[in-house]
Amino acid sequence: MTTAISVSGLHKSFGRTHALDGLDLSVTTGEVHGFLGPNGSGKSTTIRVLLGLLRADSGDVSLLGGDPWRDAVDLHRRLAYVPGDVNLWANLSGGEVIDLLGRLRGGRGDGAFEKKKASLLERFDLDPTKKGRTYSKGNRQKVALVAALASDVELLVLDEPTSGLDPLMEEVFRQCIEEERERDRTVLLSSHILSEVEALCDRVSIIRLGKVVESGTLAEMRHLTRTSVHAELDTVPDGLAALDGVHELDVQGNRVHFEVDTAKLGDTLKVLTASGIHSLTSQPPTLEELFLRHYQDEIGAANGKHAAEVTV
Amino acid sequence: MRQNLTGTAALTRLALRRDRIVLPVWTAIFVLLAIGSAQASVKVFPDEASRIKAAEAINNSPALIAMYGRVYDVTSLGEVSMIKLKGLYALFLAVLAFFTLIRHTRANEEAGRLELIGSAVVGRYAALTAGLIVTCATGITIGTLTALGLTAVGLPFAGSVAFGAGWAAVACTGAAIAAVAAQVTENARTANGIAATTLGVFYVLRAVGDTSGPGWLSWLSPLGWVLHLRPYAGNRWWVLLVFLVFIVAAIAASYALVARRDHGAGLVRPRPGPPDAAGWLRSPLALAWRLQRGSLLAWTVGFLLIGAVMGNIAADIGSILDNENAREMITKMGGVSGLTDAFFAAELGILAVVASAYGVQSALRLRSEETSQRAEPVLATAVSRPSFAMSHLSLAFLGSALLVVAGGVGAGLAHGAQTGDMGRAFSRVVGASLVQIPAVWILVGIVATLFGLLPRWSPLAWVFLVAFLLIGEFGSLFELRQEVMDISPYAHVPRLPGGEMTAAPLIWLAAIAVALTVAGLAGFRRRDIG
Repeated sequence: MTTAISVSGLHKSFGRTHALDGLDLSVTTGEVHGFLGPNGSGKSTTIRVLLGLLRADSGDVSLLGGDPWRDAVDLHRRLAYVPGDVNLWANLSGGEVIDLLGRLRGGRGDGAFEKKKASLLERFDLDPTKKGRTYSKGNRQKVALVAALASDVELLVLDEPTSGLDPLMEEVFRQCIEEERERDRTVLLSSHILSEVEALCDRVSIIRLGKVVESGTLAEMRHLTRTSVHAELDTVPDGLAALDGVHELDVQGNRVHFEVDTAKLGDTLKVLTASGIHSLTSQPPTLEELFLRHYQDEIGAANGKHAAEVTV
Repeated sequence: MRQNLTGTAALTRLALRRDRIVLPVWTAIFVLLAIGSAQASVKVFPDEASRIKAAEAINNSPALIAMYGRVYDVTSLGEVSMIKLKGLYALFLAVLAFFTLIRHTRANEEAGRLELIGSAVVGRYAALTAGLIVTCATGITIGTLTALGLTAVGLPFAGSVAFGAGWAAVACTGAAIAAVAAQVTENARTANGIAATTLGVFYVLRAVGDTSGPGWLSWLSPLGWVLHLRPYAGNRWWVLLVFLVFIVAAIAASYALVARRDHGAGLVRPRPGPPDAAGWLRSPLALAWRLQRGSLLAWTVGFLLIGAVMGNIAADIGSILDNENAREMITKMGGVSGLTDAFFAAELGILAVVASAYGVQSALRLRSEETSQRAEPVLATAVSRPSFAMSHLSLAFLGSALLVVAGGVGAGLAHGAQTGDMGRAFSRVVGASLVQIPAVWILVGIVATLFGLLPRWSPLAWVFLVAFLLIGEFGSLFELRQEVMDISPYAHVPRLPGGEMTAAPLIWLAAIAVALTVAGLAGFRRRDIG
């Protein structure tokens, strides 16, 4: 197992704004890696550093075994990038842009690109004869996606690639990414659409204020968090509240509801089983809950500010 | 209607905020140009006899009438001194007006900024109205200040007012034409092209009407009306009514078009393009060529034609300036003996400045590609920073050189046809155009340096160009010191044809242009994109 992207202690400032503040990121070759964070958290800045468009202030960055700043041209032959804001040249047709970007990437020109382009155009329902100016946001994004997916590359860097796509096209996009995974391509997918990341990604990194605050598989992340348990029992066992890892216990007659550290789930269930279980539902945390956990204070602060404004 | 104008005041303030430097600078340039020109002419044509001689020389030369128009009162100091500015510079003013209007209407709409504004509490006509207000107010300000300035340097008051009113009317006409052009197409560049072509046609109508064609042709052209207004030669005020009718009609048409079209759309639907790229479209340079070839072709044709007009005029130059002071002036400009040679040297110098403007605009495409985020996906492919930067820079270098040569070829052919000695005329004039190239390249080099080292300040290249131009135009008039004059690269170009050819300054200029470009490329390799 090799590492496609490895970043440690990355710092980048723009004037007084500290966009990246010691960011660490590791993407394994062949995985689809979700890069999650709200607007302005530093996702695009990280991607631009990885593409050698921005120069890191400090920190170690390695991409496909090279230095993205120094070896930009050679590395770029092996990757394809879809920017978050796709702007096209007003008087170039979509088809021309797709071909141009493919060729600039240094494609071999053996006809494979053309074949893939044709099939992707059909799947994404994109008219390649329209001029850049006349495409909608979603269609401009499709142009960049087709150009990237048609290229024979090892790594796909996608910056919020579906923000303008309709649900139907989002589904096509998911299928395409699944296919890329089967071909052992590495994908870095920056997004704030949680369901998309949950459905597609092998591993996820959550970024906040220019730092990765959590990284791992969803299973690993869930392991570190709490599972929500509803149970109906013969008798409520004594000392349930005192059990290690149990939180927010709510007892109503024979029914209990509590949150338990996922690592302690087994021990807790033994206690419940001894008390005779009638019914049991346990729910692992959704990615949304995992994500929100890291932004709780910010949301709280925003609400608090709002409340303060209201009371004033 | 009232509702449709909601937000006009806010948009007008926004436009003034965006242009708070550009418009005052242009206003100053036009006003100072008029005043400076009048002041210089007072010296050159001190008595009535000298004026009559110069005026009759113009009236006897179809080529000069075609370029500037006819002198209606050969005794009038105002007429003779303002003849260039009345016709030709009125055209430049119209160009400024349509650029300004399209910048605040269609260009905003194309960039999607207007949509953001349009969803706020802003009426359908607000953006167009704000653009017209800003542009026409600028034209009227320039006209007013010019009228006051001309009066101040000693020209008759009524004539000066008529002159200023003519300029203001032409500016508003340019704005009105652009208002219509902005509705026709979705693309601001195309809208600029439509407005420019319309003005070009008006210019030719006037030129043909004033010379070989039937006289009424020039009455079909706003650029003819500004001459028929006859400032300093009878001041026919009623001609302003003709302008008014045209302006009101064009603006009414533009409002009617706005009401009928969708936001973002034009009247002309863009044609579909090819589904695949041509085989040669596979490098940043090829992309730059694909993006710029249309405009380069149009500029080249324009330079050939202007060169041909120049070559035609050159034969008459001996008769027009048959007067001691005038000869002294042209010698000052050209620095050589033969009046025809001096004329060519001066006019090729002007063409070099215009070609530099093309070079600056073409090289600045690099910066607009970067700010519009179109550079990013290209730089994320296997394209190196230098090869990306050199794409548009190469076109700027080669394109501006091509234009200078095209001007020389046009002039050489026309001059050769007139003198009957094609070989000699062609080689001398084309050769003289070639020596302009290194100075032109300095401006492209300045863009390269700014783009690489101070990207945000890239448009500052225009300031350099205008400064060099003004140093050349007014330097000797205002008796600037030689060291100041030498700042301009154009000051170092050998005065050819006729003058002495020295290679050293050309080599220096070329070396500086290369150094500026290398500095820019080195800076661009090191800096962040965006």
